[in-house]
Amino acid sequence: MASVASKLYADDVSLVMVLLDTNPLFWSSSSLPFSNFLSHVLSFLNSILLLNQFNQVVVIASGYNSCDYIYDSSLATNQGSDSGKMPALCSNLLQKLEEFVIRDEQLRKEVSGDGLPSSMLSGSLSMALCYIQKVFRSGPLHPQPRILCLQGSPDGPEQYVAIMNAIFSAQRSMVPIDSCYIGSNNSAFLQQASYITGGVYLKPQQLEGLFQYLSTVFATDLQSRSFLQLPKSVGVDFRASCFCHKKTIDMGYVCSVCLSIFCKHHKKCSTCGSVFGQAQSDASTASNRKRKTSET
Amino acid sequence: MNNGEKRRLNGEQEEDDDEDEGNDGGLEAWERTYADERSWESLQEDESGLLRPIDSKTLFHAQYRRRLRTATTARIQKGLIRYLFIVIDLSKAASEMDFRPSRMAVVAKHVEAFIREFFDQNPLSQVSLVTIKDGVSHCLTDLGGSPESHVKALMGKLECSGDSSLQNALDLVHGHLNQIPSYGVREVLILYSSLSTCDPGDIMETIQQCKKSKIRCSVIGLSAEIFICKHLCQETGGSYSVALDESHFKELILEHAPPPPAIAEFAISNLIKMGFPQRAAEGSVAICSCHKEAKVGGGYTCPRCKARVCELPTECCICGLTLISSPHLARSYHHLFPIVPFDEVSVSLLNDPHLKLPKACFGCQQSLLISGNKPGLRVCCPKCKQHFCLDCDIYIHESLHNCPGCESARHSKPEISNTEV
Ligand SMILES: [Zn+2]
Ligand SMILES: [Zn+2]
Ligand SMILES: [Zn+2]
Ligand SMILES: [Zn+2]
Ligand SMILES: [Zn+2]
Ligand SMILES: [Zn+2]
Repeated sequence: MASVASKLYADDVSLVMVLLDTNPLFWSSSSLPFSNFLSHVLSFLNSILLLNQFNQVVVIASGYNSCDYIYDSSLATNQGSDSGKMPALCSNLLQKLEEFVIRDEQLRKEVSGDGLPSSMLSGSLSMALCYIQKVFRSGPLHPQPRILCLQGSPDGPEQYVAIMNAIFSAQRSMVPIDSCYIGSNNSAFLQQASYITGGVYLKPQQLEGLFQYLSTVFATDLQSRSFLQLPKSVGVDFRASCFCHKKTIDMGYVCSVCLSIFCKHHKKCSTCGSVFGQAQSDASTASNRKRKTSET
Repeated sequence: MNNGEKRRLNGEQEEDDDEDEGNDGGLEAWERTYADERSWESLQEDESGLLRPIDSKTLFHAQYRRRLRTATTARIQKGLIRYLFIVIDLSKAASEMDFRPSRMAVVAKHVEAFIREFFDQNPLSQVSLVTIKDGVSHCLTDLGGSPESHVKALMGKLECSGDSSLQNALDLVHGHLNQIPSYGVREVLILYSSLSTCDPGDIMETIQQCKKSKIRCSVIGLSAEIFICKHLCQETGGSYSVALDESHFKELILEHAPPPPAIAEFAISNLIKMGFPQRAAEGSVAICSCHKEAKVGGGYTCPRCKARVCELPTECCICGLTLISSPHLARSYHHLFPIVPFDEVSVSLLNDPHLKLPKACFGCQQSLLISGNKPGLRVCCPKCKQHFCLDCDIYIHESLHNCPGCESARHSKPEISNTEV
């Protein structure tokens, strides 16, 4: 059994971790209804599984209050090769998804919505990376993993540090993070994630043709990618979140001791407790002045 | 089936080849047998006196937990903007072959690894390489933030001759470090092969000067302990150690990679105004302000004056704002917000039949049941109460630096996670 598996875990066998945004706050205001979105995604998942019989797909839902695994093609035992019934994937996934959305909704009621429209992307990214580590541990022969974020909700600046941690961990394990962002503005987090890990960031212009975008850009394995003309980056938004108000900023103050970012001048660093002098316009004049005073 | 076996064999062979290449760097065939002789170290004696192979997995996990306990002390103030001079002794003592193939080659190999690790952990810091040869010291690279340029310069200059002079090296470093901004931490790391120093003047004076300039000097010796090195380290607050063998040397040098606790008198804290430029689209054309040339693609835009610059980090040549890529800063944030160590779930809890414990690891979905559907060993996050397997425990604390359980619940309302369990 093991040798059959090993034979076919060639470099074009993929493990695709799909992070599905199920945030109800986003979908209630989206121009593309969630059901249409799902039908595009389900056909896309099917086509990945059909490209190679050893391809594996794992779907993690990122909701408003929680994240959970909702589908794993390696666990779907009684369908697949022998019966080949497509609806099995759909029905399994849809059932788990419905349970998840109901659970997530209940949690939202307990929390009394404070109107944060983001989804728990940092959680689902972390879970996907743990799953990928398990695959790496399973031995030298494993499918080539990658992460695909199907995201619509805007970035949650409070997740900045966690998402950056996940991005660096993915980069160290050489796992590319692809992102397909269907929200209204660009997502700075996903742009950075794809740029740093060498994945593809795409913001489809026509949402009715979502399946076309998904299948042409994101379906091919990593090996074949080098032969394709994939969409070029339209720039990367490197803005950061300030630690004091969780606001996204393009200019700010950085603590020289711990590198925390603040949007305005503070007397004391809230992260490390260092006490600062007065505001300095930039590093060089600051150091010059300091040097002079210390020498006199 | 046949085909598969062949492929697998090939796969294994390739692996072997890789390993050989990896080890060939410093080990000759006869050395390898020497290393192999240490195989007794992987055995342990059990209660009845029988020799058993060490259970590496639980041992590994125990080691990791010990590491974790020592690492997670209270939130320490770290000096993250470091200016480090690495002084490499290339006097003729460095050609000694007590380290294989020579002290010099071993030092170079591990300095390379150290430089990469250093920049990973101290993103805004700068390093400069200094060599001592023929009694004089020489700046191999100026202070800079690019690991590649340092490594390249070092590999091109590996030959040794003459005597070593600690004083000349310290004077050179002192001259450079005196100029750096006051919020930076000034450090010297000396990799010393010689047993003597041949100085033009009074070295005690130089040591006092370094102390006055708050330069922290550390020495790693490759031969034996020397009084003057010990004195230097004691006076300036550095650490002194002597390497026993190559792996010990590697351990000692990597201890200098994590940021040292910033002592208030060593670094003056400051708020630095910085800009986080956007990266322009691939294929866009613009004239950069640093080289005054038209360039296609890449490039960054200063958020204050919108001038184009080619590389980060830099200072905008138009408005003077310090420009940095924000992911560069974010690489060190896991030091600031470490995640709490997970608790081991006690055996009594595991055996309690009334508790409904999770069947699978929250992170990777690995089953947590052992034979007979009994709950097996696991750890539990004290904040979100999710259960994790031991492998995820290590990965989460050593690489990911996020708890997947805590990240999958809204932070602003921590009480949800409590009511949920
Ligand atoms: Zn703020
Ligand atoms: Zn600080
Ligand atoms: Zn330029
Ligand atoms: Zn500018
Ligand atoms: Zn796990
Ligand atoms: Zn947790």
